[in-house]
Amino acid sequence: MKRVVEGSEAVAEAVRLARVNVISAYPITPQTHIVEFLSEYCANGTMDARFLRVESEHSALAALIGTATTGVRSFTATSGQGLALMHELLHWTSGARLPIVMAEVNRALAPGWNIWVDQTDSLAQRDTGWIQLYCEDSQEVLDTIIQAYRLGELVDLPVMVVLDAFFLSHTYEPVDVPDQKLVDDYLPSWEPKFQLDTEKPCAFGPLVTPAFYMEMRHAIAGAMEDALEVFPRVEDEFEKIFDRRYGEIEAVSCNDAEIILVTSGTATSTSRLVVENLRAKGEKVGLLKIKLFRPFPVELVRKVLAPAKKVAVIDRNFSFGASGIFAQEIRAALCNTMKHPPVFGYVAGIGGRDVTADVIEDIYRRAKASDFPEGESVWVGLQEN
Amino acid sequence: MLEIRFHGRGGQGTVVATILLAKAFFRAGYQVQSFPVFGVERRGAPVEAYIRLDREKILTRTNVYTPDHVAVQDRTLLQNVDVTKGLKPGGWILINSHAIPDDVSPFRNFRLAFVDANSIALDHRLGSRTQPIVNTSMIGAFARILEMPPIDSIAEAITEEIVAGYEANIEAARDAYNKVQTVGMIPETG
Repeated sequence: MKRVVEGSEAVAEAVRLARVNVISAYPITPQTHIVEFLSEYCANGTMDARFLRVESEHSALAALIGTATTGVRSFTATSGQGLALMHELLHWTSGARLPIVMAEVNRALAPGWNIWVDQTDSLAQRDTGWIQLYCEDSQEVLDTIIQAYRLGELVDLPVMVVLDAFFLSHTYEPVDVPDQKLVDDYLPSWEPKFQLDTEKPCAFGPLVTPAFYMEMRHAIAGAMEDALEVFPRVEDEFEKIFDRRYGEIEAVSCNDAEIILVTSGTATSTSRLVVENLRAKGEKVGLLKIKLFRPFPVELVRKVLAPAKKVAVIDRNFSFGASGIFAQEIRAALCNTMKHPPVFGYVAGIGGRDVTADVIEDIYRRAKASDFPEGESVWVGLQEN
Repeated sequence: MLEIRFHGRGGQGTVVATILLAKAFFRAGYQVQSFPVFGVERRGAPVEAYIRLDREKILTRTNVYTPDHVAVQDRTLLQNVDVTKGLKPGGWILINSHAIPDDVSPFRNFRLAFVDANSIALDHRLGSRTQPIVNTSMIGAFARILEMPPIDSIAEAITEEIVAGYEANIEAARDAYNKVQTVGMIPETG
């Protein structure tokens, strides 16, 4: 049934519907409401799950590594500094091949102390072996968390479902919250390949010498490649039951586009409107939304972008000394094709600054006016002096 | 698409007012979005919250800069907050007040309405004399001046959202719906 819910509630409802067994999290703005909803569900019996209170995000994920090793479905949520504190255990989760799901509410990193949206926190974890999925509205958040368990449990990898601070986490909008029965039909219970079991004692996490470690890492790389194949199947199954799908990427008006904007998160939604308006004025503009960031869908991205004259990437994040991170990935995806368009990188909306329709249109106009990128990144909307 | 901004003070249920209104518009067949000003809220400090509504899916995911209408839950805000900032000409300004403000010059080219939400809240035993809970009265009055959503949708939204004491809140909303006074357009001069 469709009802008006907060983005954080959409997360909590998805976790309830996925029949998660254990939740462990440490509250941090703007993730806090997610934890509040879930602790209430656990306390009042809405969910038959254990809520493990811990003293830090590091402990939250450590606790779940324990619970997931025993073969139970596990969930956490965090933001910004909290995710940074989890860093060591992010590697551990994927190395241990545990399909834990996390809701990550993008928050800027301190200092300066800032609770607003910025993707650098999650993108800085791109090499930790977690699948990463970026969402643009609350329906997509709810659906993606349910899909994340299916996907993660099929390839034995953890999944981070990423949503913008406030523009998603604190915004109320209509969301179809499906019936439990439909979700049960979609998402079977998890059957781990290995688990801690007192009946069948075994050891986890031993020393792995150079004779074996490389093969273990190669297997994770293989699982990431598998995820590229499995993701569309997971969406096929989902679409059959719920009549919704999102795609690893989504190309909007790209077929005859001369300039294609590349976006992620809620900036995508506003960009759809900008592209509609510019198209109505005869501008040949398209939009490419990147949802699946790890594994990066290189072939799909190439196919959409290669025929364009220019690509303009909007990054709400920055890698100091390099450029916006999506722009890096797009350049890397295109560079080994024989012929490809120049990639214009724009940095906007850092630390919660608004990415308005005017900002997006300005980016389009700038890309249109230059023959070649002015640099690796152009920062848009900086205050003068 | 219509955009509405609510002004209030932290602790006055300003965010809840916009959630209730969003839920009521959704029940009346609209697509909606509602959200607070993004930041840290402190009791007593000026706060804002917003609603967007449209017949189609709302794609805009930004702050609200040029609202079509505004509501002011606390008239003392008029002294230090520019409640007309960005307001489109001809937009409604609904103020929680027992009387028309002495000086209407800040509201030229806008339509003015007022409702004594403090008294209505107290009549229905909502809150205390120093802290009346005015948000349900304000949305009831707002529904009247906008001629939408239907007051029954407001009542349903209150039942859905407010667990304890929804009856008194519904009565307050209906009372304010009947008692709101419209001054109408404040002309350019005079």
